Amino acid sequence: MWDFPLLPEAASSTAAEVDALFWLLIGVAAFFGGIITAGLVYFNIRYRKNSKASRAGAVSEHLPLELLWSIVPLVISAGIFGWGAKLYFDMHVPPEHAREVYVVAKQWMWKIQHPQGNREINELHVPVGVPIKLVMTSQDVIHSFFVPAFRVKQDVLPGRYTTTWFEATKPGEYHLFCAEYCGTSHASMKGRVVVMKQEEFERWLAGSRLAEPMTASGDQLFRQFGCVTCHSQTSQERGPSLHGLFGSTVRLADGSTVTADERYIRESILNPGGALVAGYKPLMPTYAQQMSQEQLFQIIEYIKSLGGPQIAGERKNP
Amino acid sequence: MKTVNEDALQKNYITAAYGIRSWLLTRDHKRIALLYLISITLFFFVGGFFAVLMRLELMTPQGDLVSAETYNRLFTMHGIAMIFFFLVPSIPAVLGNFLLPMMLGARDLAFPRLNLLSWYLYMVGGAYTLYAMVTGGIDTGWTFYTPYSTGYSTTNVVPVVVGIFILGFSSILTGLNFIVTTHKMRAPGLTWFRLPLFVWSQYATSVIILLATPVLAITLALLGVERIFQVGIFDPALGGDPILFQHMFWFYSHPAVYIMVLPSMGVVSELVTCFARRRIFGYKFMAAAVMAIAVLGFLVWGHHMFVSGQSVYAGMAFSALSFFVAIPSAVKVFNWTATLHKGRIEFRTPVLYAFGFIGLFTIGGLTGLFLATLAVNVHLTDTYFVVAHFHYIMVGGAVMGYLGGIHYWWPKMTGRMYHEGWAKFSALILFVGFNLTFFPQFILGYLGMPRRYYIYPEEFQVLNVLSTAGASILGLGYIIPMIYLLWSLRKPRTAGPNPWNATGLEWLTPSPPPTHNFDKTPIVTEGPYAYEEKSANGE
Ligand code: HEC
Ligand SMILES: [Cu+2]
Ligand SMILES: [Cu+2]
Repeated sequence: MWDFPLLPEAASSTAAEVDALFWLLIGVAAFFGGIITAGLVYFNIRYRKNSKASRAGAVSEHLPLELLWSIVPLVISAGIFGWGAKLYFDMHVPPEHAREVYVVAKQWMWKIQHPQGNREINELHVPVGVPIKLVMTSQDVIHSFFVPAFRVKQDVLPGRYTTTWFEATKPGEYHLFCAEYCGTSHASMKGRVVVMKQEEFERWLAGSRLAEPMTASGDQLFRQFGCVTCHSQTSQERGPSLHGLFGSTVRLADGSTVTADERYIRESILNPGGALVAGYKPLMPTYAQQMSQEQLFQIIEYIKSLGGPQIAGERKNP
Repeated sequence: MKTVNEDALQKNYITAAYGIRSWLLTRDHKRIALLYLISITLFFFVGGFFAVLMRLELMTPQGDLVSAETYNRLFTMHGIAMIFFFLVPSIPAVLGNFLLPMMLGARDLAFPRLNLLSWYLYMVGGAYTLYAMVTGGIDTGWTFYTPYSTGYSTTNVVPVVVGIFILGFSSILTGLNFIVTTHKMRAPGLTWFRLPLFVWSQYATSVIILLATPVLAITLALLGVERIFQVGIFDPALGGDPILFQHMFWFYSHPAVYIMVLPSMGVVSELVTCFARRRIFGYKFMAAAVMAIAVLGFLVWGHHMFVSGQSVYAGMAFSALSFFVAIPSAVKVFNWTATLHKGRIEFRTPVLYAFGFIGLFTIGGLTGLFLATLAVNVHLTDTYFVVAHFHYIMVGGAVMGYLGGIHYWWPKMTGRMYHEGWAKFSALILFVGFNLTFFPQFILGYLGMPRRYYIYPEEFQVLNVLSTAGASILGLGYIIPMIYLLWSLRKPRTAGPNPWNATGLEWLTPSPPPTHNFDKTPIVTEGPYAYEEKSANGE
C-alpha cells in the first residue's frame, strides 16, 4: 500500500501536452500563491502591532498598482485559455483514418463492439499507436467514459451520440471509470483498457471473434427490418439510395443542409420526420421502439460500408 | 463614558421580552438572526455527520462500513444539507440579518414581518427535507442530474425537491429585504461610497439571490413534473433533453457559489481593516469587484459542462468568461494583502480566520483556473480535484469567513467575550485539519479518482487515509468553538460596546444592542474604516 503514485500514468498522444499545460498552471499558481503568502507573512511580521517600523506615507489607493494586478493576471489567463482551447479542439476532432469502436453504456456496464464483430464487456482492447474513435451512447442514464491514463473523458448520453478519440502510446492495462454518477453501482462501473502491440492486437481480434463483422450483421438487419424495400438501388422513387451517403452533404426539405454523420443517420432512422430529405415524401416509419442501440450501430456501420461522398457521383439526388 | 453597569441595566434585545412566544413572533432582525444561527448550526452538524460517515467508509478501498445505496445517500444529503441549508443562508441570514440594519444606522430591516416569514419558510423547507431524509433519503447527488433523478432513482426525490423549493422563497425574501433596506434606510450622510464593504457584499449577494433562485425553483418544479407526470422535459426516452437540465441547474448553481463566498469576502474586509488599523486598500476597486463578480458570475455556468457534449465553441466561450470572473477575485486578494502594508496588526482570533480565508480562498481560486482551462478540465472534471477545489472555496473560504465573523461580532451579539486562547488554538486546528483533509484530494483527482465512489482501486488508499485523518482534526476544529462560545454565555456581559475599538455604526450601540438599535439615528460624516484617524486621536 505504501508504493503509490503521485502522478498519473501518461499513455496517450495528448496526455503529455495536457500534463505540460497542467504544470504550467502549477507554475502560475505557485507564482501567485507565493506572492500572496510572501506578502502576508512579510507584512504581518514587519507591521505587527508593536514593531517600530515606520508607518509614514501609508497609502490606501494606488491606481497603477491596482491596474497592474488586474491586467497581469488577465494577460496570463488569456495565454492559458488559448492553449487549453486549442488542445480541447484537437481532442474533439479525430484524425481521418481513426479506427472506430462503438460503445453502449448502461447501468452498470460498458458494452463495446468492434467493427470486425468482436464484442467485449467492461474491457476495451486497442492497438498501440492507432487513433481510436469512440462512438458512444447510453441505454438509460448519463454515464461518462473516463480513462485517466489517456486524459480522456466524455459524457455518454441517452438519446444521442457523443464521440471522443485517443491514440494509446504505451502497451499496458489502464483503468476505465464511469465518471458521471449513474446510480447505485456507479463505483462498480469500471473496467480496463488493454493496449496491445499491433500484431498482438490482430491476433486478439482473430482469436476472440464470436460474431460476424458489424457490416454483415447490419446488412442482415437492413433486410430484416425491411429497409431494403425502400432503400435498394432500384427503388429510388420510394426512398433515397444510401450508397455514398456517409459523410456527404444532404439537402433537407426545409432548405437546410446537414453532413451525414452517425448522429444524422441515427436521427433519420429513429425520428425520420425530424429531418426529411428534400424531394421525398415522409414515408419512412420510425424504428425507435424496435431497435437496440447495438443493432442501430450495426446498421450505421453497414451504411458506412456503402461508401462515402467520393462515390457521390453515383448518388442520384432528385 | 458609560460604565458597564449602566449598559447592563438598559434592556437589550435579548432581555426585552421573555418566553418562547416572544421569540417565535419576534420581528426584531437581531432575534431572527439568532433563530437562524441555531437552525443553520443544526443543519451544519447534520451535514457534518454524513461527512464523517463518508470519510470513515473511504479509509479502505472496499465497501466495508456502508453499502453503495447508503453511501450514495450520504454524499447526496451531505451536499444538500451543507449547500442549501447551511452555506447559502449562513452569513446573510445570521450576520447579515443582525448587522445590516445596524451598519446602515437603521432600526430594523425594511420588512420585519417578511424577515420572520423567511425564517419560517426556512424551517418548513428544512423540516420537510429532514423528514424526507429520515424516511428513506435521496440518492441523486445534490446536482439532481436527469434522467437519473426523474426516471430511475427510487428514493424520495420529490419530497426533497419540494423542501428546497420552499427554502428558495426564504432566500428570495431575505435578498429582497436587504436590497430595499440598503436603498432606503441608510442613515443621513451614509452615501453609497461610505458603505462598509460588508454591506456591498450583502447587496451584491442579494441581487444574485433575487435573479438566480427563481431559476432553481423553476428547474426543480420541472423536475418534479417530469418525475410525477412523465411529461418529457429532460428525459430523452420521453422526448426531453438532459443537457437542458444541466444548463438550468448550473445557471443557478454557479452564481450560488458567489452567494456563498461574496458575504465572506465582505466579512474579511471588515476584519482585515479592524485588526490592521488601516483603511481598506482600493475601496472603490473592492466595491466594484464585488459587483463585477455578481454580474460575471451569471455568464459562466457552462464551465460545468465541458465534457457533457455541448458544442466545442460554447465550451470556449464559457472557458474565456470563467477566466474573466477570476480577475476581480484576484484583485480582492491583492488588495487585502496591500491593506496590511504599514498597518498595526494585532493577532486576535477574528483576523486569524481572515488570514485563513485569504490563504485557502487563494488556493481554491487558483485551482479554479485549472478547471477553467478546457483541455485540463476534461481530465479533472468529476474527479476529486473538483471536490477539493470547491471545498477550498466553500469551506476554506465561506465557512472560514463565517466563523471569523461570528468571533468578531460575538461580543456585539451576546455582550460576552470568549476565551481567546482556545479560540486561537481552534482556528489553528481548523486550518491544519482543513488542509490535511482536502489537499490530498487534489492529488487524488489528478491521479484520476472519480468522485462519488465508495470503493476505489488500492493505489488511492494512502491519500484517502490522510484525508480522513485530516477530517478528524477538522471536526475537532468545529466542535471546540461550539464549546467555548456556548461556555462564554455563562460569563457576565462585560464586552462593552466596542471591544475591538472598531469603526462602523454597529459598534456605536451597546452590546447587546437594545431592540431599536439606536436611540438617536447616527449621522455619518466620513467613509468607512477611518482607523488611521482613530489612531491619530489616540483611541
Ligand atoms: C416505407 C419506406 C421506407 C422504409 C421501410 C425505410 N425508409 Fe429510410 N427513408 C425513406 C424515405 C422516403 C426517406 C427520405 C425522406 C426522409 O428523410 O424521411 C428515407 C430516408 C432515410 C435516410 C436518410 C437518407 C438521406 O439520403 O439522407 C436513412 C439513413 C434511412 N432512410 C435509413 C433507413 C433504414 C436504416 C431503414 C430500415 C431500418 C429505413 N430507412 C426504412 C423511406 C423508407
Ligand atoms: Cu455510469
Ligand atoms: Cu461554476
